[in-house]
Amino acid sequence: MLTVKELNSFYGKSHILHGVDMYVGEGEIVSLLGRNGVGRSTTIKSIMGQVDCTGSIKFKDRELCGKPAYVISREGLGYVPENRDIFPAITVKQNLLLGMKSGIVNERWTMDDMFDMFPQLRDRSEAPAGVLSGGEQQMLTLCRTLMGDPDLVMIDEPTEGLAPKIVEQMAVLFEEIKKRGISIVLVEQKLTIALRISTRVYVMGHGQIVFEGTPSQLSENESVRKEWLEVTG
Amino acid sequence: MLSSGLTLIFSMMGVLNFAHASFYMLGAYAAYQVGYFTGFWPALFLAPILVGAIGAVVERYGLRTVHKFGHVAELLFTFGLAYVIEEIVHLIWGRAPVDYRVPASLDFTIFTIFTTQYPAYRAFMMAISVSMLIGLYLMLTKTRIGLIVQASLTHPDMVEALGHNVPRVFMFVFAGGAALAGLAGVLGGNLFITEPGMAFAVGTIIFVVVVFGGMGSLPGAFVASLLIGTIQTFSVALDYSFVNLMHLVGLEITSESMFYGLSTITLSQLAPVLPYMLLVLMLIFRPSGLMGNRET
Ligand SMILES: Nc1ncnc2c1ncn2[C@@H]1O[C@H](COP(=O)(O)OP(=O)(O)OP(=O)(O)O)[C@@H](O)[C@H]1O
Ligand SMILES: [Mg+2]
Repeated sequence: MLTVKELNSFYGKSHILHGVDMYVGEGEIVSLLGRNGVGRSTTIKSIMGQVDCTGSIKFKDRELCGKPAYVISREGLGYVPENRDIFPAITVKQNLLLGMKSGIVNERWTMDDMFDMFPQLRDRSEAPAGVLSGGEQQMLTLCRTLMGDPDLVMIDEPTEGLAPKIVEQMAVLFEEIKKRGISIVLVEQKLTIALRISTRVYVMGHGQIVFEGTPSQLSENESVRKEWLEVTG
Repeated sequence: MLSSGLTLIFSMMGVLNFAHASFYMLGAYAAYQVGYFTGFWPALFLAPILVGAIGAVVERYGLRTVHKFGHVAELLFTFGLAYVIEEIVHLIWGRAPVDYRVPASLDFTIFTIFTTQYPAYRAFMMAISVSMLIGLYLMLTKTRIGLIVQASLTHPDMVEALGHNVPRVFMFVFAGGAALAGLAGVLGGNLFITEPGMAFAVGTIIFVVVVFGGMGSLPGAFVASLLIGTIQTFSVALDYSFVNLMHLVGLEITSESMFYGLSTITLSQLAPVLPYMLLVLMLIFRPSGLMGNRET
């Protein structure tokens, strides 16, 4: 469904990604793992058209590299950034409304679906989004993206700094998203979650993919884990 | 003073636009030219649309290109544009003022306060500007389009990632701002004077109002323009000076006293500098402006 080939990305003059290749199939949950600063967010941002890049990004057989972000989004790619970019001044409900794309009907999700999954959001639907807790803001960002009816969502570190209870709620939501036939690309620090829900994982190091396989292959491969994942002194 | 409220669009976009006053001038000239063929009323609608369209082109082919070079480039661009527009106006309409007048149907006095006669046309201007501002405010806060505009101004990348055409939003915001400035020109050009220097004349006062009201705050600019407008209008009419004031409390200041010269300056003499004095006071006591929320 999504095929990335020879992706090279740049912030101005600094060359961050050196030929990233990856593939995401229909209905898959693919995790992108790696230490801080190896370029996981940059990979997602490049696919989303927010970072200058060369190479090929094919989604549903269409080339997206070099297209503006709104076009890419309207092709059916959803993006949940790592900084929880909610619109703080307007209400929770208005945030969700802004997730909807003009002229595209969302056949998969309604606002009530969101509120059923996250009752906290229903209770605060008229409150300004800026007063929500970190966890609630994370849910709101995710729900807002789903309101745009993507076929594939890329979620950047959704569980960072969240309480275990909310992390669990998130994991349930990922399964729900998958059930509705949406693919997920997940950037995640917490190995346990990633290994539990992913169909495949990629490990990144220094702007390149250094490992590709199933969660059980990664569990068995101690050297990759040691070299590229575990935090060394 | 009407035009000042409208500059807000620009400060919202983060572009301090030197050419804004030029759009005001274009509005006046366009109204004069269109009105020459059709009369005042159709021109009232057509001229702002025309100026808005010019604004859209300027954004699409000018500002958007220089945007990637940063704020200074944008400022310089609008600065240059202001000169270009002024030269074009020279070329087409010449250097002398053109004969653009208040329509006869509105050319009478409706009431008198103190000794100031309040012309019907001013009331008409006021009514239009108030309704435009209220309309604009409702549109920005209550409609989906307005929400998209607001969110685009603060979080452009996120809004674009949600599938909204942010460059087009910016173009329309810019065009809308230009159209409103144009409308102000249509309304103000005949009340004051329509000449090539008019852009410069209003430019500084617009700047004062925007800073005074707080950069980026629509209600702030509105209150500021009302306040400054009122103060100016009535201080011109009120012929009181410090001497009179002292006289009221029983003190006489004679020509021998030290500050005699200073204290005989009447309010009406001060009228033109009052806005600037207010601006200085505001910057000292409340640097973010009346209702500003933008840091630094
Ligand atoms: N806007 C930017 N300008 C210049 N360099 C950047 C920018 N954003 C990121 N980088 C650099 O790119 C590299 C990869 O950053 P990226 O955000 O993709 O890392 P990451 O894998 O997502 O890690 P994390 O999110 O944990 O910080 C880092 O070395 C970072 O310093
Ligand atoms: Mg990151």
